[in-house]
Amino acid sequence: MSTEAAAGTPKSEGWEPNILAFCCNWCSYAGADLAGVSRFQYPPTVKVLRVMCSSRVEPAFILKALKDGADGVLVAGCHIGDCHYIDGNKNAEVRINNTKKALEKLGFDKRLRLEWISASEGLRFSEVIRNFTEEIKKLGQNPVKKPQINADERRLDTSDISVNMRSIANVQGSEVK
Amino acid sequence: MSDNKGDEKPVESKVDQEEKRVGVFVCECGVNIGGVVNTKAVAEYIGTLPGVKVTSVNKFTCSDSGQADIQSKIKEHNLNRVVVAACSPKTHEPTFRACIEEMGLNQYFLEFVNIRDHCSWIHMWEKEKATEKAKDLIRMGTERAKLLEPLQASEVPVTDKALVIGAGVAGMQSALDLADMGFQVYLVEKEPSIGGRMARFDKVFPTNDCSICILGPKMVEVARNKNIKIMSYSEVKAVDGYVGNFNVKIEHKPRYLDVAKCTGCAKCSEVCPVEVPYDFNEGFGTRKAIYVPFPQAVPLRALIDKDNCINCKACAKACQSGAINYDMQTSYTDLNVGVIIGAVGFKTYDPEPRHDFGYGLYDNIITAMEFERLLNAAGPTGGHVVRPSDCKEPIRVGFVNCVGSRDKATNIYCSGVCCMYTIKNAQLLKEKRPETDHTVMYIDIRTPFRAYEESYNRSRNLGVKFLRGRPVEVKEDPVTKNIKVRVEDTLAGEMRNLEFDLLVLATGIVPNEGIGQIQQLLKLSKAADGLLMEAHPKLKPVDTTIDGVFLAGCASGPKDIPYAVSQGSACAGRATILLKNKKAITEGITAVVNPDVCVGCNVCIPMCPFQAIKFDEKAGKANVVKALCKGCGTCVAACPTGALEQSHFKNNQILAQVKNVFKFQEVAV
Repeated sequence: MSTEAAAGTPKSEGWEPNILAFCCNWCSYAGADLAGVSRFQYPPTVKVLRVMCSSRVEPAFILKALKDGADGVLVAGCHIGDCHYIDGNKNAEVRINNTKKALEKLGFDKRLRLEWISASEGLRFSEVIRNFTEEIKKLGQNPVKKPQINADERRLDTSDISVNMRSIANVQGSEVK
Repeated sequence: MSDNKGDEKPVESKVDQEEKRVGVFVCECGVNIGGVVNTKAVAEYIGTLPGVKVTSVNKFTCSDSGQADIQSKIKEHNLNRVVVAACSPKTHEPTFRACIEEMGLNQYFLEFVNIRDHCSWIHMWEKEKATEKAKDLIRMGTERAKLLEPLQASEVPVTDKALVIGAGVAGMQSALDLADMGFQVYLVEKEPSIGGRMARFDKVFPTNDCSICILGPKMVEVARNKNIKIMSYSEVKAVDGYVGNFNVKIEHKPRYLDVAKCTGCAKCSEVCPVEVPYDFNEGFGTRKAIYVPFPQAVPLRALIDKDNCINCKACAKACQSGAINYDMQTSYTDLNVGVIIGAVGFKTYDPEPRHDFGYGLYDNIITAMEFERLLNAAGPTGGHVVRPSDCKEPIRVGFVNCVGSRDKATNIYCSGVCCMYTIKNAQLLKEKRPETDHTVMYIDIRTPFRAYEESYNRSRNLGVKFLRGRPVEVKEDPVTKNIKVRVEDTLAGEMRNLEFDLLVLATGIVPNEGIGQIQQLLKLSKAADGLLMEAHPKLKPVDTTIDGVFLAGCASGPKDIPYAVSQGSACAGRATILLKNKKAITEGITAVVNPDVCVGCNVCIPMCPFQAIKFDEKAGKANVVKALCKGCGTCVAACPTGALEQSHFKNNQILAQVKNVFKFQEVAV
């Protein structure tokens, strides 16, 4: 998608992770807004999807994103004790940790992250994105899918599609349609 | 609480069966977006997506002409879904919802995409990447928009009573304004008297009027007002409910005497044998274990400090009205209010733990608050400023500004009031005793408001010296107990060694104790500096992100008295909108049960933090009480059968976004 900027460098180096961030409306989305207002620059690797509460994020959404080729998924909510819905974030914590455990077997657990980012933590939001991007870079591309847009520029060696492909296919069974 | 949302019929619209006709409006926000993102290219790309009938680029979509463009395109292209790609929905969603509603579209047919705060502003130097990201974000929004369903915002009734937390000058102003408009107000104060910090000041800048002389009548006015119920020595322990309908639990700490019987004569204090440092005087002088907080206290009633009481029962014998009751217990009151105003105030920075500029190490270094009490005619020394080491009146007085302010090690913000109160303090002492010599050591002098600069000039004309520089070394002379300060005069460019009889630290404003508890009870956001956050720093300075909750005074940042009073009045004004209309509009986003799919497994019921899901025994299915549902979606994610859906955040709507994040294609294996 955004490989034009990397023109002139070898294509493998031009790869940038693609991260999907589920942000709760009250804290983390506002935190991302504050990062913007404060002009804290961070890499354009993340796309924010607004939900009302981090506890709305179903494991199926995460699996869908990973299956569709997201290199990382971030779930961000209010700090424990600050949840707009009393303890929704505690439910999110349980849910995301369980999903992480399931993903561990597939070797995908490091691609999922849960963070608490408050409405005043614009700087922290940008730091989390920067840090997660670096971590995903170390892990490399998600081996499951490859991009449609600019596919020629970012063609993956099909040998990258590891054994994991089969395992994650099994998890898809639990997905809501 | 009436279940007024419950009987509402689901909104059916013909639009669902209709072809989806999406209009996408890309805002340039001047150069904020347009200077980074190639909006023309974005609009061109989005125009190729299925269902998109029209795209438009505007310099400012939120302007009159921008909104007119949306409305004319809705008409022209018979649009039934609108995507606005601009700034944050947190500030502008209501604007565009109203805009499309005027054209007869359901307001929930708007999808708002943030390409400013989440794109152009954070990728300012990567224009091409930002353009690509904007395309992705708008594609996600467009796909979601096609699946949006009509919803109706609900109205909830508003109880026409208000709770004001904190009875400082800001909270009192809120309470008075609301009461004068005819609403019942509960004014809760954790201290035994109302008045707050202002009651402790000697005189207030820039006009140097006596603080308690202007505050005292206001305190009495509050006490006399029939619509205000003062709950002093009380704290908010639990808050539950929502705008228009907050249920609040107030804890009344025991005073160990009957307030109705006590006359505030203070005969009990005269006989009490226990003396403890007097907190009202910043620890100078003493008070008894049974005491009236201060002479102008409202309510003018005594209380027993049980931590220091020795149970000698002398006070019970001295009390002619028989008010003393040693067995008094903590009591509670449950309130139902429509709005809450948080005016929880501030405390001054405490230099003791860090020994800033030698405070706590040397006797003759005091804080400005302590100076304020010494200066006060009703203070421990009857208005004579003396130095603690030998109780002699000082001649050479030094003031250090910005202690606990504008300092990376403590608080980075400017407390805003310290320059002015230092100017005032120096002025007052100079006027009282012209032989004194004053030096103010400052970083910058900030005098931004009406008559402040004039006050500064007045101090200079009186002979107060202003030295631009911060002390680098503060030492005590072991014999004379004088304070020796080494300071760089940055304007003259030379080091100066000064000697003072007394050094006064201008300590800054920091968040009050218990602010964290209030923040959690009211579900507010707290900034990194520990202060509470307003809904918008400029346009909604007293609102919060929680409907029906407002903030006044120093809870949301340092303020001087006129500013705090203005905010108190502003809160009352904002609150009146709800109280007078007797209704509030709440989001139509709730959980919805599909009874055909629900198997009655009850997994969702304990998940709900608001007890909004009830089990319908007859049908054997879960039932969402819409008036209680806040629409978080916790239960939806927990439902194992997919019978629960969150309106406006349905599974298919979220998945449409997820699917379109990266636009990947399947790899044939």
